[in-house]
Amino acid sequence: MKRRERMMDDLNRDIREHIEMETQDNIDRGMAPEEARYAAVRKFGNVTRVKEDTREVWSFAWLEQLGQDIRYALRMLRKAPGFTAVAVLTIALGIGATTAIFSLVDATLLHPLPYSQPEQLVRVEDDLPGVGAQDVGMSVPEWHDLQRSGIFEYVSLAVYGPVNLTGSSQPTRARYSGVAPNYFALLGVKPQLGRTFDPEDQTPGFTLEVLISDGLWKRAFAADPGILGKSLRLDNDLYTVIGVMPAGFHDPGRTTEQRNIEVWAAVGFAVPGRTPPLRNRRRTGAAAIARIKPGLTIAAAQSQLDALVASLQKEFPEDYPLQSAWTVRLVPLKETVVGKARQSLILLLGAVGLVLLIGCVNVANLLLARASARGRELAVRQALGAARKRLISQLLTEGLLLSLVGGLAGLAILLCARGFLVRLVPDSLPHLNDISISWGVLLFALGASLVAGAIFGVTPALHAGRADLTQALKQEGRGSTGSREQGRTRRVLVVTEFALSLVLMIAAGLLLRSFWDLLNVSLGFNPQNVMAVRTWLPEPNDPKTDIYGTPAQEAPFIRELLRRGRTLPGVEEIALGNRASIPLNHNPTQSPLVLEGREIQSKQPPLVETSSVTPDYFHLLGVTLQRGRLFGEMDNETAPAVAVINEAFARTYWPSGDPLGERLKLSPEDSSWTTVVGVIADARTESLVESSVPQIYTSLYQAPSQGASKELVIFLRGRLDPAATPVELREQVQAVNPELPVFGAQTLNDALSASLSERRFSMEMVGLFALTALLLAGLGIYGVISYIVSERTHEIGIRLALGAQSRNILRMVLRQGLGLAIAGAAVGLVCALILSHLMAGLLYGVRPTDPVTFAGVALLLIGVALLACYIPARRAIRVDPLVALRHE
Amino acid sequence: MSTKEQRERIELLQGTLDLLILRTLLLGPTHGHAIAKAIEFNSDEVLQVEQGSLYPALHRLIKRRWISAEEGTSENNRRAKFYRLTAKGRRQLAVETSKWDTLAGAISQILRPAEQEGES
Repeated sequence: MKRRERMMDDLNRDIREHIEMETQDNIDRGMAPEEARYAAVRKFGNVTRVKEDTREVWSFAWLEQLGQDIRYALRMLRKAPGFTAVAVLTIALGIGATTAIFSLVDATLLHPLPYSQPEQLVRVEDDLPGVGAQDVGMSVPEWHDLQRSGIFEYVSLAVYGPVNLTGSSQPTRARYSGVAPNYFALLGVKPQLGRTFDPEDQTPGFTLEVLISDGLWKRAFAADPGILGKSLRLDNDLYTVIGVMPAGFHDPGRTTEQRNIEVWAAVGFAVPGRTPPLRNRRRTGAAAIARIKPGLTIAAAQSQLDALVASLQKEFPEDYPLQSAWTVRLVPLKETVVGKARQSLILLLGAVGLVLLIGCVNVANLLLARASARGRELAVRQALGAARKRLISQLLTEGLLLSLVGGLAGLAILLCARGFLVRLVPDSLPHLNDISISWGVLLFALGASLVAGAIFGVTPALHAGRADLTQALKQEGRGSTGSREQGRTRRVLVVTEFALSLVLMIAAGLLLRSFWDLLNVSLGFNPQNVMAVRTWLPEPNDPKTDIYGTPAQEAPFIRELLRRGRTLPGVEEIALGNRASIPLNHNPTQSPLVLEGREIQSKQPPLVETSSVTPDYFHLLGVTLQRGRLFGEMDNETAPAVAVINEAFARTYWPSGDPLGERLKLSPEDSSWTTVVGVIADARTESLVESSVPQIYTSLYQAPSQGASKELVIFLRGRLDPAATPVELREQVQAVNPELPVFGAQTLNDALSASLSERRFSMEMVGLFALTALLLAGLGIYGVISYIVSERTHEIGIRLALGAQSRNILRMVLRQGLGLAIAGAAVGLVCALILSHLMAGLLYGVRPTDPVTFAGVALLLIGVALLACYIPARRAIRVDPLVALRHE
Repeated sequence: MSTKEQRERIELLQGTLDLLILRTLLLGPTHGHAIAKAIEFNSDEVLQVEQGSLYPALHRLIKRRWISAEEGTSENNRRAKFYRLTAKGRRQLAVETSKWDTLAGAISQILRPAEQEGES
C-alpha cells in the first residue's frame, strides 16, 4: 500500500514535468507560451484518467473483485429475504451450538490449568496392583522420600474435608483442605490479598494460619479489605487469616467439592511428641501433587521414580511385601482433573459438529435449488464472457457471506443466551477455567463459519458453468438448467443428511437407553421419602478438648439426637450414619482391612468401603438382610464390636466359607477384633453403575466418627416438608449443642438425580442435537421432493388427465422420498456401526450395536421422511390437469 | 485506450505500447517525455501515442519488473524519473518481438494473400 502511494506521488510529479517539457518543446518550435501549454495538455490527454489507470495498475485486482463479489452477493441475498433468513438461521443455530460446546471444551480440555507452568504438575498416585488397590494414598515417610528424590521441585500433600466455621451469624460448614506448606508455592499462584504459606515452614501440626477463597471472603466476611490478621474459628480452633486467594482460583481437586475448597490451612503432617508416622500408614484420601523439576519430562521423571521405588522396596521389605506390587504413578494433573469428562465432551463436540454439517448440507441444498433457478442468469453471464473461475468465486463468495452472517448471528444468540447456557452445565463438569467466549472461541466460530461456507458454497459452485449454454439460454423463465445433474447432487445431499442424522440419533438413542436403564436399575434400597441432613462434630486440634472424642462421649449425643428427631412432624423413621453412609455420595471412606488368621497377608491391607450407622439405618433404607442379624441397640459402646457386610464383601473375602462369626479389624492399630454378625443384599449405594462393591458397616455407637468421617448424617423417612424439616431439625440439633451446623439437606431422590447429572447433561444435549438433525433432515427431504413435484407438475397433469388414480400418483411421489430415506438410513447404519464403539465407555446396559436402538431409530427416521414427503405428495395429487397442461 | 478520434494517425493495438516502450528503452534509460517523443519520431509520426497513456503502461511494466525506475536529471536540468530496461525486460522484449513478427506476418498473409504469393 505504501509503495502504491509513493508511486502515485511520483506520477503526479512526472506528469507535471512531462507537460512542462512538452510546453518547452512547443515554445522552442515557436508557439506562444499560452498556446504551447494548451497544446501540451491536449496532447497529454485526460490527466485524471491517466492517474486512475495507473492507480489500477497498483491496486490489488483480486481485492477489488472480492469487493465486487461481496456487493453483488449482498444484493442477491437481499433480493431473496426468505431464502436468506432460512439459511442464516440454520447456520446461526449450527455455529451458535457448536461454539457453545466448543467453549466448554476450551475451558475444560484445551485450556492449560490456571497455575504457573501447569505442564510440570503431576498427581502422584500409589497403587498396590497386587491387592487390586489403586491410588491408596501416600504415607508421610514416602512423601519425604519423594521430596528428597531430586526428581521434583516440590511435592505436596493435601487432605480434604469440611470444617465448622463458627463466629458468623449461623455456624456453617466450610470446605476445607489441610495442605503441606509448600502447596501454593508448588502451584505458583499468588493471593489477591496477603501472602501464602512459607514453603520452608517445618512447623509440626497445624500452623494456625489459613488462606481463604474469594468466595468465602465475600460470603462470610462481606469482602472486608481488613480481613488479614483477623481470626476465624474452625472446629473450635482459632486461626488467623493470612491471605485471600484470587477470584477464579480453584483447588486442583478431583471432585467438585475439592475444586471448591474455601479454606486452606498449612499442615505439618507430623505431631510433636508422638511416634513419627509409619511407612505403611497411608493417608487415605490424601492427594499428593508434585511439580517436576524444569527440563524433566513426565516420562523421564516416571522412570527415575520407578528406580526409587525399587530401591525403597529393597530397603523396607517389611513395609512393601512383594505380593502387593507397590508402584507409584505420575499422572498429569490435568488428566486427573478432566479425565472422566473428556469422552462426554468429545462426544458432544462430535454431535454438535454433525448438526452443523447437516445444517451445511441443508443450506447447500437450498443454494443448489436457487442456483438452478438462477441457471439462466449464470448462463447469460457466461455467454457474455464471464470466466468460469469468476462465476465460481462469485458463488463461493455468496456461500461464505451467508455463513459469516450466520456465524455472527449465531455468536450474537450465544452471547445473549450465555447465562442460561452456563446454568445448564452440571457442576460436576470439571473446569478450573471459567467458561467464556474467549478469543480462541471466537476464532473457532470464525473458522467453523468459513469451513461451513466453503462446504455449502462449493456445491453449487462446482455446478456453475458446467451447464449447456445453448440449452440454458433457450429455456424460458424459470430455467431448470443442468437439472439432471443438480437433481442428482441434491439427492446425494439428502442421502448424506439422512445418514448423518441417523448416526446422531443412534448416539442419542443409545445414551437415552443407558440413562433409562440407569433410572430403572434395581437399586437395592428405597430412596422414596428419605431425606439426609448433615451435621458436623468439631474436631479440635487438641484431642483433650474434643467432647465427642470417644464412643462413650459420642454415643449419648447420638441417642439424644435420635430421640429428638423422632418427635419432628412427619418423621416415621430416623437413623444416623457417618458421611460414607449417604447413598451415592461419591465420597467413600476406605479403611484398611485386616482379617483374623490372615494377618501376614494383611501387611498391605486391602482397602474397603466402610460406613458407620445406627441400627435403624438398614430398615429405613429398605435394605434386605440375607443372613445373620442386623445391629440392635445392644451393640453399644460397651458391647463387643460387630459388623454387617454386604454379599459382595462376603463373596470377595470368604468366597467359599461362611462369613458369620469371622473377625476382622478396620485398622491395623486396633487392639480388639470386630465380629461379622450379618450379611445384607447388595445395593447400589456406592454407584448406580456398579452393582456389587464390597461394603462393610460398623455400629455408629461403637465406631465413633473420626477424621474425615466426623460428619454425621441424619436420615429421616416419612412425609417430610423439604423446606421445614431441615429448619426444625436444626432447632433440635442446636438444642443439644448450639455450636453445631446443620446443612446439606437433600432428599435421596435428589441425590440420585444429582449423581446422574453429567449423564443427563450429555444425554439431553445429544438428544437435542439429534432432534435438530431430524428436523433438518425432514426439511431437506421435503425441499427435494417438493422440487421434484413442482418439476413434474406437467407430467403429473398428463397422467391425471389420462386417468391415473391419485393413489398411484401419491405412491409414486412417496416412493421417491422413501428411496432417498432408505438409502440414507442404510449409509447411516453402516457409519453408526463403525462409530458407536467409540462411545462404549459412556453407555450403561446397552451394547454399542444395540439392534433395538438401531432399528427403532432407522424406522423413526424413515417415518419422518414419509411425513415430510406426504405434504408435497398431497400437492401433487391436487394438481388440476387443465392448469398443469397449460403450465408449458 | 484512446477514445479520442484520430483521423490520420493509427491507434495502437492493446499491448503493443508495452512492446514499443521496451524497444525504446533498449537504447538506454530515459524519461517519460523522451519515450513518447522517441515513439513518435521513430514511427515517422504515424504512431501518435496519447502521451498520458504512456504512464499506466510504464507502471504496469515496473510492476512486472520488466523495467525499473530511478531518479535522474533531464537534458535541460529538470528532475525526472528515468526508466531502465531490466534483464527480465530484455528477455521479454525478445519474446514479444518474435510474437509480434509472427502475428504481423500472419495478419498480412490473411489480408494480402495474392500479393504475398506473388512476392515470394
